[in-house]
Amino acid sequence: MIELEKVTKTYPDGTEAVRDVSFEVDKGELCVLLGPSGCGKTTTMKMVNRLIPITTGKIFVDGVENTEIDEDELRRNIGYAIQDIGLFPHMTVAQNIETVPALRGWPKDKRRQRVEKLLELIGMNPGEFIDKYPGELSGGQCQRVGVGRALGADPPILLMDEPFGAIDPITRVRLQDEFLRIQQEIKKTIIFVTHDIYEAIKMGDKIALMDQGQLVQYDTPASLLYRPKNEFVENFVGADRALKGLQLIRVKEIMTSSPPLVEADEGTATVEQRMQYEGIDWLVVVDDEGKFLGWVDRANLAAGQLVSDIMNSSATTATANAVLSEALSLMLSSGLKILAIVDRANKVEGMLSFDAIQKALSEIAQRGESE
Amino acid sequence: MRRHVILVSLLVVLVGLTVWITNMDKIGVMEPFTYGEMLKETQRHLLMVVTAELAVILIGVPLGILVTRPGFRKLATPVIGGANAGQSIPSLAIVAIMVPLLGMGFGPAIAALFIWGLLPILRNSYAAINNINPAIVEAARGMGMTRGQIARKIELPLALPVIMTGIRVSTVVVVGTATLAALIAAGGLGRIILAGVFSGVPLITLQGAAPTAAMAIGLGFILERIEKWMTPRGLRIEV
Repeated sequence: MIELEKVTKTYPDGTEAVRDVSFEVDKGELCVLLGPSGCGKTTTMKMVNRLIPITTGKIFVDGVENTEIDEDELRRNIGYAIQDIGLFPHMTVAQNIETVPALRGWPKDKRRQRVEKLLELIGMNPGEFIDKYPGELSGGQCQRVGVGRALGADPPILLMDEPFGAIDPITRVRLQDEFLRIQQEIKKTIIFVTHDIYEAIKMGDKIALMDQGQLVQYDTPASLLYRPKNEFVENFVGADRALKGLQLIRVKEIMTSSPPLVEADEGTATVEQRMQYEGIDWLVVVDDEGKFLGWVDRANLAAGQLVSDIMNSSATTATANAVLSEALSLMLSSGLKILAIVDRANKVEGMLSFDAIQKALSEIAQRGESE
Repeated sequence: MRRHVILVSLLVVLVGLTVWITNMDKIGVMEPFTYGEMLKETQRHLLMVVTAELAVILIGVPLGILVTRPGFRKLATPVIGGANAGQSIPSLAIVAIMVPLLGMGFGPAIAALFIWGLLPILRNSYAAINNINPAIVEAARGMGMTRGQIARKIELPLALPVIMTGIRVSTVVVVGTATLAALIAAGGLGRIILAGVFSGVPLITLQGAAPTAAMAIGLGFILERIEKWMTPRGLRIEV
């Protein structure tokens, strides 16, 4: 889908920003360009949509060399999202998102439909946000709109330059998770630039690790972690690669789905029976809609009549799309040995135990080394 | 709101003063200027200001924008520097220089006002475009907007409020400077001020100065309203 062939960028003053870089991104794949700042990753990305002209080499987009296509036309077919977002402050959210559809001359109602669909996709209520201005949005919301705008005319390819860079870590993790969920749905071919190895491992189907303008290793995240090609990769990956391996696995891969649930208004007597029957010491407490409320512990059962009297209320949850490192971090900071896994509506989907994480970690290490 | 009250009271006082003096029979050795003469000089003053401003806008705004464009950026320093130099010459000196260069009268007065009014507009137009967040322009390019579309749909609307501020500042400055045009026989409210100065009658000076001040305040106020009205809604949001 995107193919780089011996791509080199030399500036007039003689600096070589990118040297002889070749790799291929398959259709529907997310390829992360990773490396320290100044390694040429952004330059490489910008040569794909010709924001930076190539010096030598070739870049093929869907089999056609990108210099054969009119540059504005090329860019309208490639979604573009950047760290500084660059939303147009004088235009509404809707006008921002429909930028490319408007350039394409889509009729008004088709554009409106597209905007509404995209707002839902990026998790923003169309009724509330469609006519807002960027100045009225939070940083995270702006990032979402930036991604929505990149998807405006449903381009098959996306270029993303640290799209979740300029926000706080918590929002960032949430946006990453949501973007991965979106990507499962839309299956775009993506080049994603970051300097953050955690983000790279989490987001990438493939990682292209660059250094000083050259491509050092192009591999899957697991291979990069467990079979580094040289010392640079090893150092960049770091000594804590076992921990980084936690980024490779999603909660949904190892969680226990449909865990034992109990409703808050049930009596403690029935709960005790169930615990005995299932042979466990705790249960997940939900409300009548299945939304997560907290935990109930066998040791406390005697202290009240109803589950709601004795349960430990908790708001600590993770989503099924979160990676294990995030789940583990939540467990460590909240002191829980088990974590409730909820969907977007806070309904319980599963649960994750400390033991399950440990088991998964040893498996991935073995797999990576023997691959 | 409080500012509006102050502005309006100030205007009422200034116009009131003018009317009061014009209605007087005799001030010392002089008779005040008549309503007819006042009207004529006010019109002439306004005509000078409007003519000079139109020229400044027509040349200053495009020139200021032009030197932000790739290929012309090297010209920015000499152009802005030139305008800076123009305004650093005392206004009286500019008016005086016009006499040997262009002679006396309306045309040379406009030329002098042009030199003095150019800087605020040139500088603001340049800064307005130059200070647009580069990420906004990069995003626009990255999505396939042509250079023309970026200029029309992105840069110009974002720059307009700042350009309008330049026009307002320039106009207010020119209203004041235009009083000096009377020195080279171009007329205007400056003629009344000078008459008062030369005859040693302060009230006559005031008869010319008060309406000049009123004109500066009034035009400044109108242009400020236009500026607000031209500011895109998304930019009026307090962030």
